Amino acid sequence: MSFLHRHPRLRLAALLSAPLLWLVVAYLGALAVLLVSAFWTVNGFTGEMVRTFSLANFRTILTEQVYRNVTLRSLGVAASVTVICVLLAVPMAFFMAKVARPRSRHWLVIAILTPLWASYLVKAYAWRVLLANGGPIESVFGATPGYGLFATILVLSYLWLPYMILPIYAGLERLPDSLLEASGDLGARAGRTFRSVVLPMLIPSVFAGSIFTFSLSLGDYITVQIVGGKSQLIGNLVYANIGAANNLPFAAAIATVPVLIMVIYLVAVRRSGALEEL
Amino acid sequence: MNAIKLTGLRKSFGTVEAVAGVDLEIADGEFFSMLGPSGSGKTTVLRMIAGFELPTAGTVELGGRDVTRLAPFERDVNTVFQDYALFPHLSVQENVEYGLKVRKVPRKERRERAEQALASVRLTDFGRRRPAAMSGGQRQRVALARALVNRPKVLLLDEPLGALDLKLREQMQVELKAIQREVGITFVFVTHDQDEALTMSDRVAVFDGGKIVQVGSPEEVYERPASAFVAGFVGTSNVFTGEVAKALFDRAGTFSVRPEKIAFDGDAGAPGVVAEVIYAGAVTRYVVDLEAGARVVVVEQNRHGSPGTGLRGQRVRLSWHDEHVIEIPERKEPSDGA
Repeated sequence: MSFLHRHPRLRLAALLSAPLLWLVVAYLGALAVLLVSAFWTVNGFTGEMVRTFSLANFRTILTEQVYRNVTLRSLGVAASVTVICVLLAVPMAFFMAKVARPRSRHWLVIAILTPLWASYLVKAYAWRVLLANGGPIESVFGATPGYGLFATILVLSYLWLPYMILPIYAGLERLPDSLLEASGDLGARAGRTFRSVVLPMLIPSVFAGSIFTFSLSLGDYITVQIVGGKSQLIGNLVYANIGAANNLPFAAAIATVPVLIMVIYLVAVRRSGALEEL
Repeated sequence: MNAIKLTGLRKSFGTVEAVAGVDLEIADGEFFSMLGPSGSGKTTVLRMIAGFELPTAGTVELGGRDVTRLAPFERDVNTVFQDYALFPHLSVQENVEYGLKVRKVPRKERRERAEQALASVRLTDFGRRRPAAMSGGQRQRVALARALVNRPKVLLLDEPLGALDLKLREQMQVELKAIQREVGITFVFVTHDQDEALTMSDRVAVFDGGKIVQVGSPEEVYERPASAFVAGFVGTSNVFTGEVAKALFDRAGTFSVRPEKIAFDGDAGAPGVVAEVIYAGAVTRYVVDLEAGARVVVVEQNRHGSPGTGLRGQRVRLSWHDEHVIEIPERKEPSDGA
């Protein structure tokens, strides 16, 4: 003990070596391999990887219409999911943090968290059943949206909603009640108070939640396979190139697209203070 | 016309009765303090005047108009909050303009009035700052400007000086009083600090157990407390009851003598022994055990420098003038009932 006490650097090294190794090898290593292999190609005849630098993959992605369409479609889905989650999460979180009694708050938080305990696959399949022709939705409402992009957005919103509620709830909990009272005291009605005080102060929390919903939606390929009908997102292209097409370099190149989009997104929201809310 | 009239005001939170029947009239232009220990209901009364809490029973009238069921934004009062409640995402200027903007005052007038209000609290060049970049005393003044700029009939202040250090607090007490005299509107000031209440107020209401136990000018409340609770809470007090009272005053009852009204007297007076000498800068406090069986506090000014601790253990005689003996009316105290 006293040896370590006298050598604080050694102590620090002992503490951090395992997580650092994990971070460097597993996280950064995998990302580096992804980036490097994106510049490789596959021999069309033999199916062997050609480990020489080439921009061919990126040229294909940028020039061929289909990739642009899929990227835009994925962006649209991720954005729609995020907007839907915000619209649902703000009033829900407001109720939890400001209206509900302190004791029921805990139960509400648990209720928000419990869906996360169930398997993602099971929940997606549950929606497949709900949306099926002749399924529960059709028998109750007389019609079903069926499988497709709409169903994908619906199910992704359902899956990621908790990730939006929790940061907004945390943000609202830190918002002192006296600010709401002060606004009312100065003549503002509830709606005005919400627009002028609550919403501006919630923006960092909303962005924090959107980082989850946006990135999770952008990378998803399972939900869209289960309820998306024929529609394809970026994730499906990656998956198809790994599996059926056996073109790992091209899959890596496609996978850099959502990474790039997320980096741009993070830089854009950084100024709002969202990253401090995570 | 009364600025505020409260009738039979009650408020319960679950089974707890925070305010247990308050009747009160506050005159126009008065500096009125509500003084009491924490949990005595004074803040709840203030919040019912502001409209943040709905009374369980009773009515609130502002300028003769019944506002009991009206929302805060429908009442012509403004509040200075204990934590100031400044909007952190707005600049100081925007904070002060908030109430005017909500009420759709034109931009030019808004700007001018906000600048005036900031000038009146001596924060002329601070408009562009964020509240977070200001000291506690400055934030407090911004909160004051933000409330005053709306020219309310009544300004409610919820322990606004509680978070300031002593020096600043004393300075703000003087300033608040000056501002109130200048603008001439009714101030209702909630505090648990009796010095503050006595220094600033035209009248003081002393709260205990959700009820008002005495209302009067600072002199009345201090010199003629209506109960042992008031005598003890407003200033330090030596309260004598039972046998001790009989021995000292020749009759039964409850009596009180303020520490600064008691003098050491060579020959006459009640005999006792000095148990403790506490030097406190401007004054020295002596704790004396009287032979009659009571412990009393005596305060003397240190007119000739520190008296030293030489008196400790000495036999002394204490005397006071008859007119400084307060006979406290026998009455059941609400706080004793619990």
